[in-house]
Amino acid sequence: MTDNLIIKGIEFKSRLWVGTGKYKDFQETKLAIEASGADVVTVAVRRTNIFDNKSDNLLDYIDPQKYKILPNTAGCFTVEDALRYSRIARETGISDLIKLEVIGDEKTLFPDVCATLQATEILAKEGFIVLPYINDDPIMAKRLVDAGAAAVMPLAAPIGSGLGIRNPYNIKIILEQATVPVIVDAGVGTASDVAVAMELGCDAVLLNTAIAGAKDPIAMATAMNHAVKAGRLAFTAGRIDRKLYATASSPIEGML
Amino acid sequence: MTLTLNGKKTDIQDDLTVEGLLGYLMIAPARVAVEVNLSIIKKNDYHTCVLKDGDKVEIVNFVGGG
Repeated sequence: MTDNLIIKGIEFKSRLWVGTGKYKDFQETKLAIEASGADVVTVAVRRTNIFDNKSDNLLDYIDPQKYKILPNTAGCFTVEDALRYSRIARETGISDLIKLEVIGDEKTLFPDVCATLQATEILAKEGFIVLPYINDDPIMAKRLVDAGAAAVMPLAAPIGSGLGIRNPYNIKIILEQATVPVIVDAGVGTASDVAVAMELGCDAVLLNTAIAGAKDPIAMATAMNHAVKAGRLAFTAGRIDRKLYATASSPIEGML
Repeated sequence: MTLTLNGKKTDIQDDLTVEGLLGYLMIAPARVAVEVNLSIIKKNDYHTCVLKDGDKVEIVNFVGGG
């Protein structure tokens, strides 16, 4: 029996999604992504380096035939910019997926929820598979689903902070209500954070800095690969209840 | 003519199409998207879209990001 994540008919082979930013070079990016086992990789939309056409292209290292490319709208602070970046991203012909980020504040990089909601509605109507980045806010998660989001991507903690899941209870409420997949996005620091997200029942985890910023990104990518599988398996296995007092594992009967 | 090409004023031959511009810059069309004066140009229209003096052209691609 397969336990693969499916969004809008697209089947995902891994529940770990990874970004491609902040790596030393494209070779390291490639090796880390291979080690992570991810089949979704996020990318940003930026001006081509037209005056140096000998410079490498990311997609020479991350084959769009092999990986699902998930463009983001990182750096967009308005609905208009997010729409512009999304439409340009789709015009490359590589992907209808969009990781929608409409940032509200430079210091926290928290989302502008009103703008995110507006942009989600417009892009979903245009046929995009919209995956919005949001706070760990159960009400906004519901509103985004009503607006046409194909999944919701609540943050664990601020982008790049490595703080891990700050509010597991809100994530749990989002999960209880969710009628679409829930993907924890941003703020993960290490493998145990990924395992916690998966054990809560999240459908996937998206991370970038936790791997790219590690001292040994390839080793951390491997750790994340294991963590996402271990966490998912623990979730489906069904953990024991938490109890305040001890319950002996060895029998009393037969003691001397 | 002078184009604003990815934010930089650039002198270039007249009557160039988007296809011609990409060819001149040695950029493969497959992995980029092109915007002229904020309008996205469909790939099928690259060979018919003729650029004019003063056009603002953006050629974008995917880079590393999270």
